[in-house]
Amino acid sequence: MKTGDAIEIKDLNKWYGDYQALKNIDLNVAHGERIVVCGPSGSGKSTLIRCVNSLEDHDSGRIVVDGIEMIDNESINAIRSEVGMVFQQFNLFPHLTILQNLTLGPMKARGMSKADADARAMEYLERVRIPDQAHKKPSELSGGQQQRVAIARSLCMEPKIMLFDEPTSALDPEMISEVLDVIVDLAEEGMTMIVVTHEMGFARRAADRMIFMDHGEVIETGTPTEFFEAPKTERCKQFLSQILQH
Amino acid sequence: MKLRTSFLFGCLIFLVGCNAAPGTWGWYVIDPRTPAGYNNIRFLLNGFGATILLSVIAAAMSMIVGMLVALPGMSSNRWVRLPSRIYIEFVRAIPLLPMLFWVFYGLPVVLKSMGISVSIDAFWGAIITLAISDSAFTAEIYRSGIQSIAKGQTEAAKTVGLNYMQTMRYVILPQAIRRILPPLANQFIYIVKMSAFASVIGMQELTRRANELVVTEYRPLEIYSLLILEYLVLVLIISFFVRWLERKMGSDESR
Repeated sequence: MKTGDAIEIKDLNKWYGDYQALKNIDLNVAHGERIVVCGPSGSGKSTLIRCVNSLEDHDSGRIVVDGIEMIDNESINAIRSEVGMVFQQFNLFPHLTILQNLTLGPMKARGMSKADADARAMEYLERVRIPDQAHKKPSELSGGQQQRVAIARSLCMEPKIMLFDEPTSALDPEMISEVLDVIVDLAEEGMTMIVVTHEMGFARRAADRMIFMDHGEVIETGTPTEFFEAPKTERCKQFLSQILQH
Repeated sequence: MKLRTSFLFGCLIFLVGCNAAPGTWGWYVIDPRTPAGYNNIRFLLNGFGATILLSVIAAAMSMIVGMLVALPGMSSNRWVRLPSRIYIEFVRAIPLLPMLFWVFYGLPVVLKSMGISVSIDAFWGAIITLAISDSAFTAEIYRSGIQSIAKGQTEAAKTVGLNYMQTMRYVILPQAIRRILPPLANQFIYIVKMSAFASVIGMQELTRRANELVVTEYRPLEIYSLLILEYLVLVLIISFFVRWLERKMGSDESR
């Protein structure tokens, strides 16, 4: 049994040239905790979660994921095998079938046999409720279906932590809920997750803790109730009024 | 369309030749109905073997070397990138003919001074030159094709645990290949045409044979006309094959 938190981030800083994208971020995520990160665009939300699996490298600070400190390529690979990620643009492999999208990682990175990988893939396709699409190409699926495939593809690697980078921002409105339902299911099963999203209804349903970011800083954190009912900072109030007025 | 135009153009030249006053055209040199003409035309057509072999081997080598140059050329580390950049800039700047002379006459001397005693014949001299010269262009074609694949593909591959080589092999290259194919075919046509330079170091391919026949028959117009036609046929066959390949690839992988 691992002690400590699933994710520990200490004093994280990142620059793009002269622009500081992340400023002294401290964040601990407990095992099984569900975190929703929100904030205006350009606030550093995506950059933050992309640092967790080293899709972006950071300039200073410490990142420890599931007890593994991010120091070299070896530890980055170890961390990536614990962390799944779902992207705004799905990023499915367009030349492969849905089933092949799901089995590529398990077969090539984990050395699993095709039969085992297929069986596992079908199991996760059932969970995201699209087993009948297994032999189609991604372009034949709707956006919502593609994003559910992307979630299943991540789950096939059996990660302990899932990162969601605006998973519904590229979707047509009528497809948002089918994707969010799948994420809520995962949350209810106790998956540790960080979700960057503007879907505040989802945040109320699924989050243990809200994090509000602006200009590369964490401005406010709290439970969804605290956060929505009684935001402490002016910037947060302003942000909430902007996105909740519709 | 292209084929029909060229055919009509060819017929026109031939008719002009047949009707012109004596001393201007003389198709008899390559008229297969006469024994001499038959021998001549066989001599010329026998150059196809060498030209094709030269081009195919050089193109294959260029594709391999090009990949070995292109992959480090896309590294995020500038010191890994540097040798590949230097290779491309340097090789791309050398005209084919001087390079051919250097490889054929100079390289054996360099090798000998290093204690390696090999003779480079015209065939391999031409292949090495064509392959190296072309590889700089092939490398750039690979780079542009690979970099045209969205960054999200590499990121997704990383998150499902694939390493660099696996990402290339299973995710990036299968997608890039369709975009790379047309410019790569262009390069192959270029190699076929540039293989004519091998004639100057004594390689008996299409152009060399034409030159040799001109020297004995004094019929440059007819012989070089046929030579041009020979290259045209080769290039049209390649174009046709590439179109077929593109159609085939387009049908089994939808995008």
